[in-house]
Parts: sequence; structure tokens; C-alpha cells
Amino acid sequence: MTREIEKAGITIVQMANLIPVAKTVGSNRMVPTISIPYPLGDPSTPKEVQFKLRYHRVGVALDALTADIKEQTVFKVKI
Amino acid sequence: MKKAILYINQFFGQIGGEEMADYAPEVREGLVGPALELQKQLGEEYQVTHTIICGDNFMGSRQEEAIKTILSSLEGKDFDIFFAGPAFRAGRYGNACGNICKAVKEKFNVPVITSMNEENPGVEMFRKDMYIFKGGASAASMRKDVAAMARFAKKLMNGEELFSAEEEGYFGRGIRRQVYLDPPVNAADRVIDMLLKKIRGEEFKSELPIPPSDLVPIAPAISPDELSKIKVALVTSGGIVPVGNPDRIQSASATKWGKYDISELDDLVEGEFMTIHAGYDPAAANADPDVVVPLDALRAYEREGKIGGVYKYFYATVGTGTTQAEAARMGREIAAELVADGVKAVILTST
Repeated sequence: MTREIEKAGITIVQMANLIPVAKTVGSNRMVPTISIPYPLGDPSTPKEVQFKLRYHRVGVALDALTADIKEQTVFKVKI
Repeated sequence: MKKAILYINQFFGQIGGEEMADYAPEVREGLVGPALELQKQLGEEYQVTHTIICGDNFMGSRQEEAIKTILSSLEGKDFDIFFAGPAFRAGRYGNACGNICKAVKEKFNVPVITSMNEENPGVEMFRKDMYIFKGGASAASMRKDVAAMARFAKKLMNGEELFSAEEEGYFGRGIRRQVYLDPPVNAADRVIDMLLKKIRGEEFKSELPIPPSDLVPIAPAISPDELSKIKVALVTSGGIVPVGNPDRIQSASATKWGKYDISELDDLVEGEFMTIHAGYDPAAANADPDVVVPLDALRAYEREGKIGGVYKYFYATVGTGTTQAEAARMGREIAAELVADGVKAVILTST
């Protein structure tokens, strides 16, 4: 899906847990998430902690949209 | 007597389904699930000594730890060949089989064999590293897929002559090997035959197939200034839909997608949205759908002015068992809508 949306000329970032799979299917901008059932917030942590992590990673994704890249890129996250 | 070890996931290891996908790796003596069939197909000269069971999510999210644990428990065990799967069309399972086979091959230098369906992303990820047999789409082909792995394993171990990937039934590894044709036809004749067929518009088979590049041209970067003025759209393959699933999107092997109005919402809350994805434990996503579709975080960036806004709809489908062809079609349909509405930026979340 990411490929087809990007083919249409839309700048897209994929947030995924299995980054090697995202790479193989041809995503160009990728941001890692923390797991498969809860990509952006671990339910065993308090709500504020979950939001902080989600806010951070979505921020990385937005910055990825503004990044001028030359090849498939996995953007680094801090939390 | 030759010794073999088989890796399988928590489902085929009879531990449980999605709710047990975080199951930590375990090396069990003897035969579990598909190992019974493998033992039968390998016959009396082989003994499948151990079955390794590991949850697909554990291998997906804590890969290094999983591999380390498995490799260290294999140390000191005597085995001649290693199998994984078959993984059929299950993407996470294919990923797991590929990763463990690769690690075992590197560390113990034994042949490794697995099996996946051509739609499994694991095929493209690992075909260059190992023998991946062409398997069926679902567990219905278990017996056939195990038989193919076992048949080839015996040939390999007996030192019999091996034929091309296509003839043996595995995905080509991109290795070239010298063969003698029978009857011999020299290269000049073969190439002229091909050329004549091409001119006549007939089918011909290249001896040097070049796989098409799958990369899409990189879409241009959006300047931070422009980003602060445009709307960003959310798309997910995580199956988040309004409670009740109004578009009846399938929980697996989806062929439908939906779009849902979020223009008045700040947050996706429990009881209004839920996941219908059958490929992961829904508990966390149902309790807070923002963990899959991060609307609350995106709204925060809207308030801060980092983005111009959030596009009025989010788009959703289910990405488990979904063929790449269907996913591509749905992607094209969603892209056409977004383009028509002037959307230039998308965050896609996958599970």
C-alpha cells in the first residue's frame, strides 16, 4: 500500500514494527514502532508514558516527511 | 542416523494463537506438531531430536534476544540439518523462519531448509540466504510442503546430484552454476534461437533473468514550512474501524478498505473504534485505538502548528493474509482518492 501511495506522488512515511518487511516491500521512509499489537504505546505503562512515546515517534515520522532522502531510510527514534 | 531440528511458531507448537504470540523461545526434546510429519517423511535414517517453539511476536519484536536464546540452547547439541516452518502465507512466521535459519546456518554451518508461499514477504527477504521451498497458502498444504522439504533434505545429505531451483521446487537464490546441456547446443545457436523467437513474437526464456527492481521513486521531501500549512492523512493496515465494522472489512485476507470521518475527533476512544484485525491480539488496540492510529499525537502537532491539520478521513484495511496484489490494488484506490483531494502527506501505520 505504501508503494502505491508513493507511486501516486504522495510523500509517505510508514510506521512499522517489522522494518525488514517494510524495506522488502519497498517503503522509502520508515519509522520503527514498538510492537505488533500495540505499535505506539505499551499498555503496561501509564497513559502519559504511552502518549509521550507516541508523540515522539509521530514527530519523527513528520520530520521524515520533510527529510530529503536519496535511498530507503529508517529514521531513528529516541524513545 | 542423521539428526534434524525443526523450528515452529506458537500456533503450530500447540501453545496457542495470537494471545500467545509473545511466547518466549523454548527448545523441546522430541516431536511437536509438524515435527511428527517431518519425522515421518524423513524416514528411519533420520531422527528429529528437538522442536523449537517461539511466538511470532517475540521473534518479531525481540529478535536479537530470541535468536540468542535459541542459538545458545542449540550449542552442544548434535544435528546435521535444520528446518523451519512451513510458514505458508503468514508474514511474521516467514520472517521468523528466515531469521532463525540464517542465524543457525551462520553459527553451526549446517544446511537450513524452510518453506513459504510466494506471497510471503519472507521469500524476498531470505531467498538468497537459504533454500525456501515453494509452499501453499495455508496449513491445508502442510503435508505436501513438509514432504518437499524432506525429499530435498535427503538428496542434499546423500550428496545426490541437485538440479536447478525451479526443478527442485525452491525459490531461486540467484546463484549461477555451470550445467551441461543434453543434447549440447552451443551458446551462439541458443541466442539466435531466442532472437528469432523474439522477432516472431513467440515466448522465449532468457538464460539470465534479471529481477525487476521493486523500488518506487522516492517522493519529494515536504519543507517544514509547507508541512505547517497542509493536512496530513492517516492510513492503516491495522484494522481500526468504528465499532460494528460498518463496511464489513474482512478480518483476514481483506479485499475491502474503509474511510472514517475524524474531522470532529481529537482522539480515538474505546467503545467508538476497535480493531477487527485477526492477525494480532486486539486487547491493546481496542482499549486505546490511538496506539495503532495515532490521532491524539497528530492533533497535538496540529495545535503546535507543525502541521496544517489532519485530513478529515482516515483510511483502514486489514493487512494479514492479504495478498500483495490486493494490497496494491487497495493502495491504488486509496491513493486516487487522496490525490483527488490534494493530499500530499501520509503517515501509514502497520501492525
